[in-house]
Amino acid sequence: MAETVFAPWDDPAEKPLIRFRNVTKQFGSFTAIDDLTLDIFEREFFALLGPSGCGKTTMMRMLAGFETISGGTIELAGQDIAAVPPNKRAVNMMFQSYALFPHLSVYDNIAFGLRRDRKSRGEIDARVAEMLKLTRLEKFARRKPHQISGGQRQRVALARSLAKAPKLLLLDEPLGALDAKLRQATQFELMDIQEKTGTTFVIVTHDQEEAMTVASRVAVMDEGRLMQVATPERIYEAPESVYVADFIGDVNILTGTAQASGEAQFRVIWDGEQTPLVAASSREFHDGQACHLAVRPEKVSISAERPEAAENAVQGKVLDIAYLGNLSTYHVELPGGQIIKAQTANTRRISRRSFTWEDPVWVSWSATAGVLLAE
Amino acid sequence: MQRVILIAIPYAWLLALFLIPFVIVFKISLSDIALAIPPYTPTLDDGVGPFFRALDFENFAFLMSDDLYWKAYLSSLRIAVISTLLTLLVGYPVAYAMARAPEEWRATLMMLVILPFWTSFLIRVYAWMGILSQEGFLNQFLLWTGVIGEPLTILNTTTAVYIGIVYTYVPFMILPIYAALDRLDGSLIEAAEDLGCSRLQAFWLVTVPLSKNGIIAGSFLVFIPALGEFVIPSLLGGSGTLMIGKVLWEEFFNNRDWPVASAVAVILLLLLIVPIILFQRNQQRQAEAEG
Repeated sequence: MAETVFAPWDDPAEKPLIRFRNVTKQFGSFTAIDDLTLDIFEREFFALLGPSGCGKTTMMRMLAGFETISGGTIELAGQDIAAVPPNKRAVNMMFQSYALFPHLSVYDNIAFGLRRDRKSRGEIDARVAEMLKLTRLEKFARRKPHQISGGQRQRVALARSLAKAPKLLLLDEPLGALDAKLRQATQFELMDIQEKTGTTFVIVTHDQEEAMTVASRVAVMDEGRLMQVATPERIYEAPESVYVADFIGDVNILTGTAQASGEAQFRVIWDGEQTPLVAASSREFHDGQACHLAVRPEKVSISAERPEAAENAVQGKVLDIAYLGNLSTYHVELPGGQIIKAQTANTRRISRRSFTWEDPVWVSWSATAGVLLAE
Repeated sequence: MQRVILIAIPYAWLLALFLIPFVIVFKISLSDIALAIPPYTPTLDDGVGPFFRALDFENFAFLMSDDLYWKAYLSSLRIAVISTLLTLLVGYPVAYAMARAPEEWRATLMMLVILPFWTSFLIRVYAWMGILSQEGFLNQFLLWTGVIGEPLTILNTTTAVYIGIVYTYVPFMILPIYAALDRLDGSLIEAAEDLGCSRLQAFWLVTVPLSKNGIIAGSFLVFIPALGEFVIPSLLGGSGTLMIGKVLWEEFFNNRDWPVASAVAVILLLLLIVPIILFQRNQQRQAEAEG
């Protein structure tokens, strides 16, 4: 049985779980969130991504109830939550520092929220056992937080925030304190748990790879505004601005002026001495308009001879080679001084690498490889 | 070798300034009163053999037989316990407010807490006499506002002793509690609220348990000196205020009975050793928990 694609944001009939409407937040004269409108749907794994100070944590804290809203409204399941204090919201948060209670055992930490709801002993026991099992912490129930490892603490924090079965779980840089290997494993664990529990997750992170891995949709933020909200694929392949293209992954940005050359086809006049580039774009540009062509390094090929079929090809010489193990990134300097990055998979051993420093090479890409952006 | 020297320094300090004086006091407590200089017998001038033979526990037996001493010990204990609780009641909110104050104010607030130490303790207690006496500032103020019709008798009562002790020792309560609260991660309180606690519940379930070590340390720092307090009860307290520090003073300087006074001091020290050991254990546990 084919499953339908999970994309409630494309369905106008779907009611969002969270609705930010023209939300503004000011700290004194500093505007942390600037007139922001956003819908987040049930069962989504939504990532807020941006550099530090972009307002992503403020958004999360407004959802949790730790920050008041300066303007606009936030609705949770159709209800305006501005006046609801944090302890009355069906929202739980996993803190960046985990904020585990150091004087309580793992068991008591997880049971903490359940006890506040005046649940019976049996109910609490059953729910805590379930959470311990979900996070594979059964053996550590009696330990204190300082007696377990960082990865285990992270799972306790997750179990504790999930114990009350919130409508919405907020995760503030949940994997920030873990080392790279553990972080990767935990990312998949998080996705797994999100799927199993069916809870809506909103995760704040500055790690783009993490956001891309776990999220169903990513919101890229900068200076209190949403730059783009889309699926990871669209964010990566079809960024709407130079900022997003540059923030997510590695990219070559070539600046020039546009000139229509056919149906959804433009010529980019960029460096006086270079032949104009060809780029397909569904976005309209008028002749002479300044534009930026964003091309991902992995979509740029590198070769010794000018490739016959290539729509765009420029010659340069190898300036630098960044060897990443599975990949190599060649930095190719063009006669005009620009540097184009081209990435190739290292399918051969390094000793048999085709190019080395100072080699004259051609870099080429197709008309559809890049995205033409106005700003 | 260097380590031995390093450890030897504090031990030498303790030996010279604590253990040797204690041995001397203990020796005097085993002697008998005499009209001489020094006012007790025997001394080592009598020869080593007769000296040791003349020592006995007579004074301790005397302390047992006279209920003045027992009552003084118990009364001191009660006053010390109650004033420790009162100090906690006053000190905790102050420490809490300090820890919650904006970062740039904290140094100033800390200064204000420590500031009274810049003036002589004795002068500050005398100042309280001026405040609490019949014609004192407090009574004049209350009469002026019309809250009371005639002046209250506060000075020379146990109430004045409580006021004096709380006033004097409250910084010792504030500082360790402040240190504990200052270290408290604010996100823990947020986490508690996030999990369904009201502000008050979060305070009882998170803030108080996590400042427990500060509370214990502060309580001992107040209780231990308050138990042997002499200046405050003798200046602010009346004839009805019985405290062992005062009894000790009177034995030494009014009765010139050094042996009995020394016996009183030795028992006071034994009483204090228990809370001091408990205090040390608390400090050690705290250090271990943090290490």
